Amino acid sequence: MLSEDAIRAIEGVIKRYSEKRGGLLPTFHIVQKDRGWISEEAIEEIARILDIPPIEVKEAVSFYTMFNTREVGKYHIQVCTNLSCSLLGGRHIVDYLERRLGVDVGKTREDKRFTLSEVECLGSCGTAPVMQINEDYYENLTEDKIDRIIGSLA
Amino acid sequence: MERYLTKNFTVPNSEVIKAYLNHGEGYKAMEKALKELSPEQIIEEIKRSGLRGRGGAGFPTGLKWSFMPRDNGRPKYICCNADESEPGTFKDRQIIENDPHQLIEGLIIGAYAMGVNTVYIYIRGEYASQAKILQKAIDEAYENGYLGKDILGTGFNVDIYIHRGGGAYICGEETGLMESIEGKKGQPRKKPPFPAGYGVWGYPTTINNLETFSHIPHIIKKGANWFKGIGTEKSTGNTLFGVSGHVKRPGVYELPFGVSLKEIIYEHAGGIRNDNELKGVIPGGSSTKILPANMVDVKMDHDSLMKAGSSIGTGAVIVMDHTTCMVRVGCVLSRFYRHESCGQCTQCREGTAWMHQIISRIERGEGEINDLDTLLDIASNMEGNTICALSDAGAWPIQGLLKHFRDEFEEHIKEKRCPLPDSFLV
Ligand SMILES: Cc1cc2nc3c(=O)[nH]c(=O)nc-3n(C[C@H](O)[C@H](O)[C@H](O)COP(=O)(O)O)c2cc1C
Ligand code: SF4
Ligand code: FES
Repeated sequence: MLSEDAIRAIEGVIKRYSEKRGGLLPTFHIVQKDRGWISEEAIEEIARILDIPPIEVKEAVSFYTMFNTREVGKYHIQVCTNLSCSLLGGRHIVDYLERRLGVDVGKTREDKRFTLSEVECLGSCGTAPVMQINEDYYENLTEDKIDRIIGSLA
Repeated sequence: MERYLTKNFTVPNSEVIKAYLNHGEGYKAMEKALKELSPEQIIEEIKRSGLRGRGGAGFPTGLKWSFMPRDNGRPKYICCNADESEPGTFKDRQIIENDPHQLIEGLIIGAYAMGVNTVYIYIRGEYASQAKILQKAIDEAYENGYLGKDILGTGFNVDIYIHRGGGAYICGEETGLMESIEGKKGQPRKKPPFPAGYGVWGYPTTINNLETFSHIPHIIKKGANWFKGIGTEKSTGNTLFGVSGHVKRPGVYELPFGVSLKEIIYEHAGGIRNDNELKGVIPGGSSTKILPANMVDVKMDHDSLMKAGSSIGTGAVIVMDHTTCMVRVGCVLSRFYRHESCGQCTQCREGTAWMHQIISRIERGEGEINDLDTLLDIASNMEGNTICALSDAGAWPIQGLLKHFRDEFEEHIKEKRCPLPDSFLV
């Protein structure tokens, strides 16, 4: 069930569009922030609020890579391996994180603390290599810097 | 050389409206536009300035604006393209973070010129903190009476809304972006009809890149002649070059069109890391064709790069030193286009996948010599006749690599391994 705050936020955001359906992407963001991911149940609920057939909500949610349709860890770590980052060791960053966290890329660690993903360009190419943890960017990465960042996570 | 887009980036708290107003010129161009100029005069001025879009295709902005119907009966929209997903590109973000009010001012002027009352800024979903900065700037503009109803007592109304994307390169394509605003999958539409006739929800819509709008207040303030005096005859004004890869000082540099690629790399970006030898440069973002080191004297403007067999794209300069394996570069880029193809067109869906498979095979040392002609065959089939330009964008980088670095591909095939032991990993 979506929280009341989430439902209120969705109802607010719909007003910006001449058709309710325009509120779909903002709604995905609201729900993901609220729940961490977008479940089948949430899809049904979104479909009801926005008057869209559930199948179309499902199609849309799976089109966009940022929306998690499976539960992810408390910290979702996404490493860029597009060109500017790869040139400066993006692949090495992925390998290092796999070892450091004990989780394979594309997977969530058993204790649900970390999910590790590889992503395309994050628009931070001038400060490569780069990763994103939940909504925050971490740039100019080195092994030391990663150790410090991981160490500081609650 | 005059900088205007980034001039105030180093002012403390430059993103706050107070800083924008304090330098004495903030929102003055908008005031001039709304109070002294007719919509037609503004569009004429932008046309005369020669301003071309900064989103990749370089279309003349004034001309695009003139396509919008003049009647005021139906809703009309502006979309500001802040999807910024072309690999290598990180310039629009600098404007948002450091001087968002020049963008907002440009959007208001554009809205007035085209008779638009609703503007959507489509910002890539990953830019969460940038969306917050931008929202704060928009709120400040409302508080100061620059947005909303009856702006500065002129009777003109405009609202700006931020729409966050969900992580899909294809939503940067103009009609994919519009589908996405409508709450659908971001799959590009067949054109015609063009957005000026049939845009968001079927209403007339103009879409421009975020940087494009940011030039507008400066042009209105200082005039088309001033703007035309910067850059080259056919590529006017300054532009933001984002430099990344193997340089000492990566970053965004505001420079006039026509500056040499060599100057960007060696003077502004500080030269190659460890003073290594330069091998190749992608001059305008991942979809533009690579240039080998002996071509760095090229001037960075639309015509010169076209003549050099590449294009200016988004001005995203990706620099590679002598350690770089060009087959690996091909692997990374072809994987990207394969991943981002929306799947509607066979040539694009199959072509990008096939290319990635073949190049990965070559990189592993399992390629065959006729693979290279197959790659070129696939690439030429991907060009033209698809719904959008992603298919072409996927073909060009591979064509560029094979044109200038074919011997390196052949070496991989003959030696059955990568001949560059110090290259970056894929
Ligand atoms: C696959 C694809 C991705 C694109 N991505 C972007 C983008 O991220 N940002 C952008 O401004 N334009 C992007 N464009 C270009 C837009 O379609 C459009 O031409 C541009 O926003 C127009 O603005 P301009 O005239 O100011 O350049 C993309 C085009 C294609 C084909
Ligand atoms: S060219 Fe590719 S990305 Fe563009 S519409 Fe066709 S399949 Fe989709
Ligand atoms: S290539 Fe990694 S952020 Fe752009």
